[in-house]
Amino acid sequence: MAETRDAGRTVPFRGGGFLPRPLGIVGPLVFLAVIGLWEAGCRAGLIPPLVLPAPSEALAALSHLVETGLLWKHVGASLQRLVLGWTLGTLIGMAVGVSIGLFSLARAGLAPVVAAVFPIPKIALLPLFVIWFGIGEGSKVATILFGTFFPTVVATYGGVDNVDRSLIRMAQSFGLSWLSIVRKIILPGALPAILPGFRISAAIAIVLLVAAEMIGAEFGIGAYILLAGSLMAMDELIAGVAILSVLGLTVNWLIARAERFLLRWRL
Amino acid sequence: MELRLAGLHHAYGDVEVLRGIDLDIPAGRIVCVIGPSGCGKSTLLRLIGGLERPDRGRVIQIGEPPPGSLNPLTYIFQDFALLPWRTVEGNVRIVLEDHALGRAETARIVDDVLARTRLAEFRSAFPRQLSGGMKQRVAIARALSVSPAFLLMDEPLSALDAQTRELLMDDLIELWTREGFSAVYITHNLQEAVRLGHRVAVLSRRPGEVREILEIDLPLDARQAHDRELEGHRQRLWTLLRDEAQAAELELVGG
Repeated sequence: MAETRDAGRTVPFRGGGFLPRPLGIVGPLVFLAVIGLWEAGCRAGLIPPLVLPAPSEALAALSHLVETGLLWKHVGASLQRLVLGWTLGTLIGMAVGVSIGLFSLARAGLAPVVAAVFPIPKIALLPLFVIWFGIGEGSKVATILFGTFFPTVVATYGGVDNVDRSLIRMAQSFGLSWLSIVRKIILPGALPAILPGFRISAAIAIVLLVAAEMIGAEFGIGAYILLAGSLMAMDELIAGVAILSVLGLTVNWLIARAERFLLRWRL
Repeated sequence: MELRLAGLHHAYGDVEVLRGIDLDIPAGRIVCVIGPSGCGKSTLLRLIGGLERPDRGRVIQIGEPPPGSLNPLTYIFQDFALLPWRTVEGNVRIVLEDHALGRAETARIVDDVLARTRLAEFRSAFPRQLSGGMKQRVAIARALSVSPAFLLMDEPLSALDAQTRELLMDDLIELWTREGFSAVYITHNLQEAVRLGHRVAVLSRRPGEVREILEIDLPLDARQAHDRELEGHRQRLWTLLRDEAQAAELELVGG
């Protein structure tokens, strides 16, 4: 009996796959491999310095920036514009997004305007902003503000639209005030859609930062890169780009932390 | 405080859902409303609690709600309607926060209702950590916290599995025996109707009209012992409902 029970073929396994596994060390390894190959190529003379300077040269340019103290001047100037523009754009964007989500009049009036202006590259408007807000900080902050405003509006009102209606009905049935419903149900309910919007608007803000600093800026990472480019100082250019990349990674990390904390109820 | 439904009519666009509903809902008793799916039971409940406005007819409140009742007409929903970003305690608190009660009084009420629904040790859990039955107990705790004059229950056990439903039904019977709350209880489950209802109103298929009102005089806590009598009531309700349910089943969704 025991033999006959085990006779026959095993049903083949068909499940599995389609689930990404975390492989923590692969990312850094790829980074190191690319930089290593690049360095080796430069040293072997396969890559001419004018085409692409060696990573070690970019590092030297970076350490020069640190030694002269110019790094903090550039990064400080950029961060100030970034923080100011992004914060204002996000705050105004959330306010407008919530209004579009809540009020029919705002939706009917503003949603088409947002849809029309959202796809315009704000870089194209930069000369206009220079005339409106001056060649100094005003135009730079305004560019970033406008760039972050629109994606935030769209993410916010999408989030408000997606708030579970049954929760709002529950709140009404318990006699909660309008303000309480907005503050305690609609805003937290829209947060899972608003926070990913932050990631997008932060990336847009960094792109626009560099573009804005290319006009009339003495300090700033964008100005530094532009100057390096026009002097054909490719090592400095690469150093500047590396700073931008680190900036982007840092912002992303901060937003991920905020998401983990604010959306811990979702895990 | 009692409720009287007088000639309630309601339509969504061209679709008439309720037609001439007259029903008395006395204090201290559970009135069950049963009917085939799509007969407007849930609409009726929304009309009773003022979440929707009837096209014609009135929901009349007779007498004053008991003093201290923060929200006389309080719902318990089929889908629990808990805020996923608030803990068990936070889900109870949210309905008290708008009533300037003071810190101590709020804490007293929260402790009291969590103890009454045996949720005290889960007060800092999030809804995602709770089973369906526990979630509905949180919703019941939230409803009790505002000292309602009437509980308006919209198929409160329908989203739960059969065992949980039995357990929670026992909980409700125990709660009623202890506190004697008044309730309108919407269900499509005949078993629930005959176990919990002092009065069972049978609605016809859409447009919903009251076909019959059945009084069940057995005390709630004695009902399990009188299976046979309940089974008789259940059979009777089923004969009333079967043809309606069958006809409703064959209709196209959306009229």
